[in-house]
Amino acid sequence: MTAFTMPSLGADMEEGVLHEWLVTPGDQVHKGDVVAVVETDKASIEVECFASGTVGRLLVAPGARVPVGTPLAVIEGEAAAGEPAGAQGEPVAVGARAKTGREPAVPRLRQKAARRPRHAPKSTHAGSQKEPTGQRTPAPPEHSAGHDSGIVTGPLVRHLAALRGLDLATLHGTGPGGRITRADVEHAAPPITSRVRATPYARRLAHDFGIDLSAVRGTGDGEAVRAADVRTAMRADAGGERPERGLLDGDQCAHAPIAFDSRPDERREAMRRAIADLMSRSKREIPHYYLSTTIDLTAVEDWLRRINRDRPPADRLVHAALLLKATAVAAREVPSLNGYWRNNGFSSASEVNLGIAVSLRQGGLLAPVIHRADTLPSDAVMARLKDLVQRARRGRLRGSETTGATLTVTNLGDQGVEAVFGVIHPPQVALVGFGAVVERPWAASGMLGVRPVVTTTLAADHRATDGAVGARFLTAVDRLLQKPEEL
Amino acid sequence: MTATRTRTAEQDLPDDRRTTYREAMREALRDALRTDERVFLMGEDVGRYGGCFGVSLGLLEEFGPERIRDAPLSESAFVGAGIGAALAGMRPIVEIMTVNFSLLALDQILNNAATLLHMSGGQLSVPIVIRMTTGAGRQLAAQHSHSLEGWYAHIPGLRVVAPATLTDARYMLAPALADPDPVLIFEHGGLYNLSAGLPVDAGPVDIDHAAVRRPGTDVSLITYGGSLPKALAAADDLATSGISAEVVDLRTLRPLDDATMGESVARTHRAVVIDEGWRTGSLAAEISARLTEQHFYDLDAPVERVCSAEVPVPYARRLEEAALPQVGAVVAAVRRTVGEPVPTGVDVPERHPPSGRSG
Amino acid sequence: MNATRTPRTARNTSLSNRQATAHRLALLESMLRVRRFEERCVELYSAARIRGFMHLYIGEEAVAVGVNEALTEDDAVVSTYREHGHALARGVPAEAIMAEMFGRATGCSHGRGGSMHLFDARRRFYGGNAIVGGGLPLAAGIALADRMTGRNRVTCCFFGDGAFAEGEFHESANLAALWGLPLLLVCENNLYAMGTALARHQAQTDLALRAAGYGMVSWAVDGMDVVAVEEAARKAAEGVRAGTGPHFLEMRTYRFRAHSMYDPDRYRDRSEIEHWKERDPVEGLARRLRETKELTDKTRTALENRLAAEIDRAVETAEQAPEEPVEDLLKYVTTPEASRP
Repeated sequence: MTAFTMPSLGADMEEGVLHEWLVTPGDQVHKGDVVAVVETDKASIEVECFASGTVGRLLVAPGARVPVGTPLAVIEGEAAAGEPAGAQGEPVAVGARAKTGREPAVPRLRQKAARRPRHAPKSTHAGSQKEPTGQRTPAPPEHSAGHDSGIVTGPLVRHLAALRGLDLATLHGTGPGGRITRADVEHAAPPITSRVRATPYARRLAHDFGIDLSAVRGTGDGEAVRAADVRTAMRADAGGERPERGLLDGDQCAHAPIAFDSRPDERREAMRRAIADLMSRSKREIPHYYLSTTIDLTAVEDWLRRINRDRPPADRLVHAALLLKATAVAAREVPSLNGYWRNNGFSSASEVNLGIAVSLRQGGLLAPVIHRADTLPSDAVMARLKDLVQRARRGRLRGSETTGATLTVTNLGDQGVEAVFGVIHPPQVALVGFGAVVERPWAASGMLGVRPVVTTTLAADHRATDGAVGARFLTAVDRLLQKPEEL
Repeated sequence: MTATRTRTAEQDLPDDRRTTYREAMREALRDALRTDERVFLMGEDVGRYGGCFGVSLGLLEEFGPERIRDAPLSESAFVGAGIGAALAGMRPIVEIMTVNFSLLALDQILNNAATLLHMSGGQLSVPIVIRMTTGAGRQLAAQHSHSLEGWYAHIPGLRVVAPATLTDARYMLAPALADPDPVLIFEHGGLYNLSAGLPVDAGPVDIDHAAVRRPGTDVSLITYGGSLPKALAAADDLATSGISAEVVDLRTLRPLDDATMGESVARTHRAVVIDEGWRTGSLAAEISARLTEQHFYDLDAPVERVCSAEVPVPYARRLEEAALPQVGAVVAAVRRTVGEPVPTGVDVPERHPPSGRSG
Repeated sequence: MNATRTPRTARNTSLSNRQATAHRLALLESMLRVRRFEERCVELYSAARIRGFMHLYIGEEAVAVGVNEALTEDDAVVSTYREHGHALARGVPAEAIMAEMFGRATGCSHGRGGSMHLFDARRRFYGGNAIVGGGLPLAAGIALADRMTGRNRVTCCFFGDGAFAEGEFHESANLAALWGLPLLLVCENNLYAMGTALARHQAQTDLALRAAGYGMVSWAVDGMDVVAVEEAARKAAEGVRAGTGPHFLEMRTYRFRAHSMYDPDRYRDRSEIEHWKERDPVEGLARRLRETKELTDKTRTALENRLAAEIDRAVETAEQAPEEPVEDLLKYVTTPEASRP
């Protein structure tokens, strides 16, 4: 039997206040378990016991100020049956955690530093992207926390922790039974992320063009990422195509003099200017013609309803994936709309790489690319779309994802417009537009009804094709969307 | 290694007069004395001796002892007298033989010239021009080799200019005299013999703006005064390695032309500041701070400074050379900012490998 | 405000008695104005309404007032940080000085200068200089401008015995004498350079003798006697105007109070101060005027009341005056376009 005494927590500490007991008589404790909270002049400190066994009598009540060395509680030897506690403890044994034999998730002040590295690796592997060499920013641990047994918390808190990139194992639970509460998550310090070493200008370029800086190899001093490295990343092309300098060319932007650039709105200015340049050039050089058709999406909707019924929300297909897939397949059928106008001639591309126009919340436009969209199953198209849009909005695109589009699609359906007549992105020769899916009166086989329809438009380069070709394309899209299960 | 070639900013054009910096400054003085009877020149040995550096040679004969006044070795008194005369309606040009001796008149310059307007609540403008020779490089040792224009550029109430070309030597004096507030003109001792063609229509010039003496795309070399030829020589050097350096001549050190400097760096994304003052607390430090404040997000490398070493200027030739900014150091600084070429192989201007010269 | 203008001859035998009386009363009033103003400053400073450094002229009034009699409106005055008396004698309004010390925008330097930097360009009062000896080269320069433009004006430079040690004095004296500048150098020798007695900072304490060594006309004057001061100043100014080069007057005077409001005045014997107080220039003149019945208790009281009211008004007005807005901080660093000559 040993006594757990008021510890000395500092050279000049002579007495302390027992603030709170974290154990009750009868609890099993192990050497090193935190059993109480003591208040000194300077702070509240969790204190540990140095013996293993069962908690016996608590000798000092919370609030009592006692000199260092005063016995606070009795700890009976290992596995000794403790006397029934006089005081009623919490129904949920606080020591339940301790009983599992593993070290408590509650870090002690002294050991906190040692503890972290053991948990840190967990937070980087699960859910993070495969990334090339170079500095990493650890991705939020989407799944790791949930797999930790023994951490008592609820799904909402788990979710919050995941959102904030926190490893639950490193948090101190202040709820009953050591539960990690929402407040604990909200008050936890954010995890230390390693910062990419990059020059301010490189950082700005990467941000403006949605490049993930951590994926760029740096060749500067101390492997710092320099502007040229960002441009290299943008040019590195997965498909081997080397398009003419387009919207996302860093050099275009670099030549626009930006006198005082320290605010995000000025970076937006740079993007605006680049977009302006591109759009002007497009309108100047490309003789656009426009075609439009309204497509009955009843078949699509029916099919989607059927297949989505059994799917969890996260896996459900939306219209957009099918519209994109249909576009891609149609582009394969009508190759003269899929390629580049260069040197006064058209060369069709060997792949259908769909550029997806993504509008950014802070203003501006990016067009990440789904490569070989015609070969991907609809689910894959869906997944790529979601991923690209999300990362585009967060400035986390990779260089290869911003180049190589052979045909671009703009879908303003979620903005509520019915039809969009776009501006082609040179050197492409076509731009497909989708409006919102709306219910409209529809006549079919002499009967009147209400159908979900979408207005699909094509803006095309009259140098490369004429109306008949465009019409063929739109007809193909329509046809494909009537058999969604085959997409 | 000191550049053996001196590089001037002016091209040789036909119809130019071939002249020197010294002669251009003399012409400027002559012009001023002729056009405004309130103007007079006062300083040590400006009259009989013809000026320590020969700038005022012949002026005593032309304008007489009242307007070309030899002063006793009393910097404080004659600078202060210049201030007083300016208060009373004259347009004095006070010549302090070198910036080294200006220390004896620092009280008058700072506590009176720079400050009277403010202390009097705007009543007393001090339209004085003070010319000083500055700089090192001729083995004149510690007490005769200072570059303190950075100190003066620190003081509100003063305008500080540094003509580095013949055009500026010829034409900066007029706007300086027209300024109702004190103007300090720093003439680097090494520039007096600079010889080039001065276009007949070169003037007038302003004293408000910096000038891009040589356009470039890869780095901005920001400098003034006696360091301008070194910056230009360095730019020539770098061009042979495929690095295109832009050279910005500040011309005015107070107030600094943020717009020109900044626009250059916003384009090139790299800056090297060349300043003959000692590195610590130098004007280059001020410029570096401003570039960081105003163009942080444009910088692809830290701002470099090429300044004098932290030592009183030594007498021995090699030591003096090592103490002062030299072309080699500028080239090396540029290479550090530009770094090794990025290994892409695609769509990047062909770069020749850096030469083995250590400069 | 000048006393009644008297013709510029040194000995005025045609001066009527009445004129002479009026003149002497005017001198008294001038000195008394300075005295009462300075006394009010003590109060205000102690109440922390005047801040920074303040150096009082009490005891030396005869010098500022007497010398001013020899100057015209066209002449120029350069002074020191102990310049309240010179400014008042020169005609700078009490209210403008008070407002200046209160830091108000209506101060003679817009509140930018304070006690040590009183300026009035219109009255050719070139300050107010906190650097001992700092005004001497300026004064030489102002005189130089007059010489070069052929204007017959005097530049009068006040400075203390402490300035006699500064290189700037010697350089300026030499330059002035060398170039024959129309400069009147008035050295207010109050026997102390801040806390250091004259004999402890000058190897040769006969300052007038030393100045003569620069080749200029120079003599010493009883600085506690305003009549003597005026006479000497007129003579010297005449000499300057006549083109005989700079003149040097050593005014032997004394300040009754410490160097500044911060000074505990530990370096002087009380007995020495009392001794000099017996030669109080203000009371000294008042006594003489009472003896000759030119001044009565009644007229004295009336004078005091008038001056008190004047000073009260000055304080009141100054108190109501606005300060410059902080947004105007960066004004007066460069001359605005509109004011360019």
